[in-house]
Amino acid sequence: MLNASLKQLSAMLAARKISSVELTSEFLKRSRALNPEYNAFITLDERTSLAQAQAADILIASGRGQPLTGIPIAQKDIFCTKGWLTTCGSKMLSNFISPYDAHVIGRFNAVAAVNIGKTNMDEFAMGSSNETSFYGPVKNPWDTAAVPGGSSGGSACAVAARMAPAATGTDTGGSIRQPAALCGISGLKPTYGLVSRYGMIAFASSLDQGGPMAKSAEDLALMLNVMAGFDARDSTSLERQPEDYTRDLEKPLDGLCIGLPKEYFVKEIDEDVARAVEAAIGQYRKLGAETVEVSLPNTKLSVPVYYVLAPAEASSNLSRFDGVRYGYRAPDYVDLNDMYRKTRAQGFGSEVKRRILIGTYVLSHGYYDAYYIQAQKLRRLMAQDFAEAFKQCDVIMGPTSPTVAFDLGERSSAPVQMYLSDAYTIAVNLAGLPAMSIPVGFGHKNRPVGLHIIGNYFAEAQMLNVAHQYQLESDWHTRMPKE
Amino acid sequence: MQWETVIGLEVHAQLSTESKIFSGASTAFGAAPNAEACAVDLALPGVLPVLNRGAVERAIRFGLAVGAKINSPSIFARKNYFYPDLPKGYQISQYELPVVEGGHIQLQIVQDGKEQEKTVRLVRAHLEEDAGKSLHEDFHGMSGIDLNRAGTPLLEIVSEPDMRSSAEAVAYAKTLHTLVRWIGICDGNMQEGSFRCDANVSVRLRGSDKLGTRCEIKNLNSFRFLEKAIDYEARRQIEILEDGGTIQQQTRLFDPEKGETRAMRSKEDAQDYRYFPDPDLLPLEISGNWIEEVKKGLPELPQQMRTRLEHDYGLSMYDALLLTGDRDISEYYEAVVGKLPSDPKLCANWVMGEVSAYLNNEGKPFDVCPLSPAQLAQLLLRIKDGTISGKIAKDVFRQMWAQAGAASISWKNREGVDEALGDRIIDSQGLRQISDSSALENLVYEVLAANPKSVEEFKAGKEKAFNALVGQVMKAARGKANPAQVNEILRKKLTE
Amino acid sequence: MSLSLDDVKRVANLARLEISEDEARKALIQLSGIFDLIEQMQAVDTSAITPMSHAQDVMQRLRTDAVTEIDQRELFQSVAPQVEAGLYLVPKVIE
Repeated sequence: MLNASLKQLSAMLAARKISSVELTSEFLKRSRALNPEYNAFITLDERTSLAQAQAADILIASGRGQPLTGIPIAQKDIFCTKGWLTTCGSKMLSNFISPYDAHVIGRFNAVAAVNIGKTNMDEFAMGSSNETSFYGPVKNPWDTAAVPGGSSGGSACAVAARMAPAATGTDTGGSIRQPAALCGISGLKPTYGLVSRYGMIAFASSLDQGGPMAKSAEDLALMLNVMAGFDARDSTSLERQPEDYTRDLEKPLDGLCIGLPKEYFVKEIDEDVARAVEAAIGQYRKLGAETVEVSLPNTKLSVPVYYVLAPAEASSNLSRFDGVRYGYRAPDYVDLNDMYRKTRAQGFGSEVKRRILIGTYVLSHGYYDAYYIQAQKLRRLMAQDFAEAFKQCDVIMGPTSPTVAFDLGERSSAPVQMYLSDAYTIAVNLAGLPAMSIPVGFGHKNRPVGLHIIGNYFAEAQMLNVAHQYQLESDWHTRMPKE
Repeated sequence: MQWETVIGLEVHAQLSTESKIFSGASTAFGAAPNAEACAVDLALPGVLPVLNRGAVERAIRFGLAVGAKINSPSIFARKNYFYPDLPKGYQISQYELPVVEGGHIQLQIVQDGKEQEKTVRLVRAHLEEDAGKSLHEDFHGMSGIDLNRAGTPLLEIVSEPDMRSSAEAVAYAKTLHTLVRWIGICDGNMQEGSFRCDANVSVRLRGSDKLGTRCEIKNLNSFRFLEKAIDYEARRQIEILEDGGTIQQQTRLFDPEKGETRAMRSKEDAQDYRYFPDPDLLPLEISGNWIEEVKKGLPELPQQMRTRLEHDYGLSMYDALLLTGDRDISEYYEAVVGKLPSDPKLCANWVMGEVSAYLNNEGKPFDVCPLSPAQLAQLLLRIKDGTISGKIAKDVFRQMWAQAGAASISWKNREGVDEALGDRIIDSQGLRQISDSSALENLVYEVLAANPKSVEEFKAGKEKAFNALVGQVMKAARGKANPAQVNEILRKKLTE
Repeated sequence: MSLSLDDVKRVANLARLEISEDEARKALIQLSGIFDLIEQMQAVDTSAITPMSHAQDVMQRLRTDAVTEIDQRELFQSVAPQVEAGLYLVPKVIE
């Protein structure tokens, strides 16, 4: 059952072979047992979860169940959840019981899915290793010496270790895809605007996007069916007809054109990663796809551009954490400014402070044009690069991360090193495109490798089809780490 | 040395929407502290702004009224600074591409009995959100923060430094105050802070074309404070300069108790607001269709109406200015003239005279005037057709007012208005002028018989005696005689 | 261009982050490394390009002017550090 797909679990629930309470209890028991080792969850609340499961059972019994009704879902602790501690991985919100639900949480509640707990994450989603969390690092279940990736490391770990059937994540520069790759699961960052950001604590507003993390593409499609949808409370939410993201899963891939950016297959990629990715692409050719070389000439600028724009937006977004209306307030201060300065110095961790300083600097008087405006112009160039490439192909593929999971502590004192590892994922957020990562094998020290699939705007159903067809022919996504 | 004061004003007009500019919380004044601060206003983690169409529409209305350019797209930006009444740590405002750009305000200034015109150019008017309020009563040495006002829509109207005296600045502020109420975008309530002025004041030697260093005086919430603050500030700057000093660019606060301005401590740091486009809000598009629609709904503007009243009705600029000082008055007046088109001047005299005085006395606006324009016009018609004299009319008006009683709804929405009210009072009390000449002749004979001395004096050439006789006839008629007719008959009888 | 210790302190003050001399020095080293990376942007001629603020080329959607929120003060203030008489308390504000 731990390895069952969402579709299978849903069928079992509908057929009353198992109740949601039983299912939820099973995953809760496992989560309780494994969490001390993996630290995937910040909050587990059996009582609330089981109460939700009970309600789901009643709904199912009355024949009004939907595909995710009664299924436990782990929620990244960036989504405000009414009555739940919602920390965003920060001391700043270590006492914040959210008085309201994020849109995404509301969508899961509407179908009576069960919230099995709030997952650990890099503080305010700033990090690629989950080491910046106030609640301590998450371990990679494949190798506890390794990081799970970040910032949605808790969600990736929870799914990989089968502590939850599926989870939510958010992705500002790769925070769904990179931990999915490093933990050997599947993860999807949708087109910007598809999933409402309301109640999703902001890191960089123009880049943030929520999305699903699960074992397989098919599971992702079911999750996305719930998460995606117009929300009037988010001005950047797109008004589109609802889609069934499972609709194209079974389509054959004959004639699919895969673009391989020459800038992605370079010597910076570790050999084990390159090998696994190339094998996967070989598999796609067997499935009837053809490949074509494309070019994304400004790829190398994505990291510098991102590290101007994301911190700039973050520095402003995080100004609301001032110790006045909620969250942490420093115990001792002499006056108002001292209260602000101490609250923020004590409430934020070093990575968050570092990014606030960068962001404040690039927006400050005299530097705005050289940094912020220049970065926004390059952002357009990058989006244009993708538009050109998509004239030649249907999807773009490459490695999600240039390396497998690195060791805990290995890069935590070298921020630039850490930032550079996100080069492939970042450009996608800058352009606002959808992208996903699926497991395609193992590399160094038997740590997972992820394949990065980038689609055109609103091509989620197509990408899920592409991923699903591969998963029909492979079993990487069904493999479980040893405990 | 001859100094010249140079003034530019930034006016914050609170837009009269039901809900806030970026949230669905109420903007009603006077709620319990923080009862109208919703999740978005409190900047809870994860909340997002959504722009209020009503606020944008009001900004467009203003732009059209001042002949400005309406920008499309228009961009919202974040102005970053820390202050406890600013929950997000930034204010959503506009920086580049405000909704309204350019435009001008035409002023009529009546100074030393002379009427002058002046044009003040506008730089821009942009939409932004208001901040909350810090209450400084002592809470164990702390301040209390009320965020009800946070997120209230404001239109910040920025003028060019075109004004040269506090009187001009006040005239500009008053004209703007009239305009925003006239076009229905702001209630103009200065006590409640719906209309606040910041004044940028500098001085320079007359004849110089270079601007001096300016100081900004914040939050002037009455015209009197505006005038006093500018006068004080100009004197202060001139004294510094005459003593060989230099002016420091500063933000200052006016202390109404002392009548002085002082530097604001919270603004001592060099400000660096780090403006950048708000990534939570997309570019605002204002279509030509929308602008046309707003234009259609725009009333005749006070400036246009003033000109029309002067030209078409032959009113003086002074009368026209008073009648267009408030849309309520102008509408009432127009309705009266509509019923009595033959004498707009008589209508103006009564609207600005009796009606205005009675309403003032009761502290009520024209809108809820107990007497409808039709009722007033009917009364004025009785003066015109000689039924009653102006003097009697004032008495009838007093009685009409008392009988109509207090009104709570607008005269525009009243049904079954008794237009014959005045006529009934006139008839029931027999106030009609005696216009029957034989009746008048009889009265005159009686008066002549009873006043032989006056008759003799008149015949001896004393014109004053004639006036005394007229008075006696009027008295005998209990005011109901037409004085002109009495004159005529009396003179005829005396010279017979 | 290179970052100075004063820049770090100025920016920390703007961002209301208390920073010790020692922390400022460390931050200077790390930020300098990051800005070396960022400087690569300056090599590209972007004079003909319009800045891109948003991922999607769509316009602002507008909300109808209507009150949709109710008073939830008690709930919202249950997570506040310090409140009294419905007000959020902060160290004395001086204007």
